[in-house]
Amino acid sequence: MLADRSVLAAPPFDDWNVVVSQARGQTVYFNAWGGSERINDYIDWVGDRVAAEYGITLAHVKLADTADAVARVLAEKAAGRTSGGSVDLIWINGENFAAMKAQSLLFGPFAEALPNDRWVDIIGKPATRVDFTVPVDGLEVPWGMAQIVFLYDTTRVGEPPRSMAALLAWADAHPGRFTYPAPPDFTGSTFLKQALYGLATNPAALQQPATDSSFAEIAAPLWPWLDRLHPLLWRGGTTFPANDQAQRQLLDDGEIDISLSFNPGEASSAIAQGLLPETVRTYVLDGGTIGNAHFVAIPFNANAKEGAMVVANFLLSPEAQLRKQDPAVWGDPTVLATDKLEPAERRKFATLPLGIATLSPADLGPALLEPHPSWMTRLEAEWRQRYAK
Amino acid sequence: MAAAVRQVTSAAAAGSHLWRRLDLLRACPALTLALFFAPVAAGLLGTALPAFGWLPVLGGTQLSLEPWQRLLLAPELPSALRLTLTSGFAASLTSVAIVIIFCAAAHGTRLFRAVERLLAPLLAIPHAAVALGLAFLLAPSGWLVRLLSPWATGWTTPPDLPTVQDPLGLALALGLVVKEAPYLLLMTIAAMAQVEVKESLAVARSLGYGPMTGWLKAVLPRVYPQIRLPIYAVLAYSLSVVDMALILAPATPPPLAVLLMRWFGEADLAMRFTAAAGAILQLLIVVAAIAAWRSAEAGFTRIGRAWIAAGRRGGNARTIRVAVGVVMVALLALASISLLANALWSIAATWRYPAVLPTEWSVTRWLREADDLGPLAWTTIALGAAATLCALALALGCLENERRHGLRVSDRGLWLIYAPLLVPQVSFLFGLEVMFVAVRLDGSWIGLVWSHLLFVLPYVFLSLADPFRSLDERYARSARCLGASPARVFWRIKLPMLRRPALVALAVGFAVSAGQYLPTLFAGAGRFSTLTTEAVGRAAGADRRVIGLYALVQAIVPLLPFALAVLLPARRAIAAAARPGR
Repeated sequence: MLADRSVLAAPPFDDWNVVVSQARGQTVYFNAWGGSERINDYIDWVGDRVAAEYGITLAHVKLADTADAVARVLAEKAAGRTSGGSVDLIWINGENFAAMKAQSLLFGPFAEALPNDRWVDIIGKPATRVDFTVPVDGLEVPWGMAQIVFLYDTTRVGEPPRSMAALLAWADAHPGRFTYPAPPDFTGSTFLKQALYGLATNPAALQQPATDSSFAEIAAPLWPWLDRLHPLLWRGGTTFPANDQAQRQLLDDGEIDISLSFNPGEASSAIAQGLLPETVRTYVLDGGTIGNAHFVAIPFNANAKEGAMVVANFLLSPEAQLRKQDPAVWGDPTVLATDKLEPAERRKFATLPLGIATLSPADLGPALLEPHPSWMTRLEAEWRQRYAK
Repeated sequence: MAAAVRQVTSAAAAGSHLWRRLDLLRACPALTLALFFAPVAAGLLGTALPAFGWLPVLGGTQLSLEPWQRLLLAPELPSALRLTLTSGFAASLTSVAIVIIFCAAAHGTRLFRAVERLLAPLLAIPHAAVALGLAFLLAPSGWLVRLLSPWATGWTTPPDLPTVQDPLGLALALGLVVKEAPYLLLMTIAAMAQVEVKESLAVARSLGYGPMTGWLKAVLPRVYPQIRLPIYAVLAYSLSVVDMALILAPATPPPLAVLLMRWFGEADLAMRFTAAAGAILQLLIVVAAIAAWRSAEAGFTRIGRAWIAAGRRGGNARTIRVAVGVVMVALLALASISLLANALWSIAATWRYPAVLPTEWSVTRWLREADDLGPLAWTTIALGAAATLCALALALGCLENERRHGLRVSDRGLWLIYAPLLVPQVSFLFGLEVMFVAVRLDGSWIGLVWSHLLFVLPYVFLSLADPFRSLDERYARSARCLGASPARVFWRIKLPMLRRPALVALAVGFAVSAGQYLPTLFAGAGRFSTLTTEAVGRAAGADRRVIGLYALVQAIVPLLPFALAVLLPARRAIAAAARPGR
């Protein structure tokens, strides 16, 4: 699965020190989702650090949707602007990465040439090299890990349902108290894939591209399950929350009892911000949940490529990764292999508190691999046909 | 479009001759059309070509109908269309009906004057803020239910009822009425200033007509033509609204405009072709809706004429008058309550169901944001002022030029000016962005003001055009007879008389500019942050406390010009105009 370094094109630089000196004085426009105060504060801190250390000005362009930045790069390409682009660094993963990679909208390969890339846990966290089964090929730099967790309010739910069958039974006993974000929102689509993992008789087939026959066979148990589940959902399954954030709000409002998130630290973080009651806890399903990674990438026509690389390299540093994982700051799991680090730094990672509602790595369990993207495409299309009318 | 080109070139030719005489005025129509032609053409082409499969950057190098086939096969389409049409027409019809009946019933009363004073501040509240406030009021876990729970309802957890995001789109229609009825009322009041309302009503009363019937028969026929364009704008807006629909309309499927935005945002970039076809469909729907409204007007006019000619005097109609008064006050109350809800959220730390008020308070959020708010507000104000003043100068220039030289912006030219309101922003802006990048204006202050001008000028123009054209020409003629130059007549007679509609136009234009998210992000290339770009970006996290804070600030900043529009005394302007000599 791991990308072979030898097949990659040569890195865009020979001497990292030259990159660092060229980066001095540059302004890096970091286009990143701006919906979280804590993440915004963390990016502010990164800005202070790279300004002090490298003389780089980091400007956070707060987006409501990564697609807005992708569209801007696309418009620039359409207008023939191959340099001096407006986006220097973009927070990205999964489908957006696959699309930008396929349309040659990304700069690189550069990621594996960054000095701090050597700390990345490519063995234990293969998702840092394969994004939704699409090889990263050095076009994006891993930033943090994600794994599906379920959030529930312990005052209203006793023993949470830990399998898809149990979830249906629970919904039957508590109609209107569960829902999931409407696909193609990525958390919603991931819920479908998770359900497929739990219901399919041969989940190993999910790693292969879906064909008409394999999709019909593997997904067969999913549709009757959803047909039975939907009338038992919030609003009888006639409408769905737009994304995981909207669903977290429903949990806080008491309109539902169980929510889901791609960030294992979401519950602790939300509790600390007063966005969820302190009685909310996290759980995962028996057999594990889907995990992946999120990244930063540089558009092909970025104006401050050197600055963007230096910022990306800083984001990978043990210092920045440690702070990011601190539940008091953001609570986003590191992409680094902490056993590769210096003992002092390793100790700091080991002694980080987990956060009140975050599962220990042992309880979180191993992450299931993302199915091949063709499954997601087909699941979303079929879901639209059946339930989006 | 070709006719518009001819118009631009011929007018530009006329302009070049006149530039030597430094007659800026005569160049106004040409300048306006020139400012609009390139970006509108770019925006329309950027939508139309991908709709037929042409977008080389994504490998679309052959014209085809495939995007349309995909669009028509989209499972969401029928429901999305139905939702768009029902909520859009319900909102527009209700708003127009409420405004007309309220004007007929309440003109000249104390209630009317009180409502009039409240209108401007309420107009300044951003659509999204009203939607959020309404959603919080109406949701099953919202304020109304909390007031009654659990002591009266027994609901210890919120009930599972579709009170917002309802399948029929009623919550969305209500939200639209709360915002659009005040806008139409403001336009109607500005229009009434150009009609001798008192005199007409006095005659009608002396002939024995009831107060409502008198207004409907003697005033409405002269006011309606002046508010026709604002009504079309409301119709177009209601059929293509995104921000309110995201909050108040159902999500699976959403109304067409939201569906398109989602498709444009899909990671699968090939979806942009289908989305572009959808954007053309959206444009056609809006144009067809306006055409349908227009033909319904003709029908109403025939019926109305017969009704007027029949001469029935009508009674006191007390019940209707009270009822419509209650409805209008309720609308204003809903808008105020939504703002209040946002204000409370901005200082709440914890506020969970079923608490009627926050259980923990905090001002730390305000303190934290205080540093950022200053620069954001400054950019918003500077940008809004620049775009609005440009729009006002161009609109007044075109109108005055039309009066003096008979050189009128043709109907085709008008379509050019209104096009930015008719095409979904997300597709329109893609073409616009390509143009701005090509001429290296993206990320520049000029490009940013220009992009805002495209959305501000239509509103400024339709706020001003009919009041200007309805000015009593005899004042200007008398002044000319007394030896005043045309310029002096314009500055000293017409402008003071148009003070009210001009200030309303400024205020509406400013609010429109202040509310732009995508144009600021696209043309500004992420280089310029305004209150709205910050608010929309931050709102993605669904934290009501942050959203409440930004919604409140967003409402306050556009209030500044609204406050000017209301507070600036009329007499001083007229007195200045009357002063002899220069």
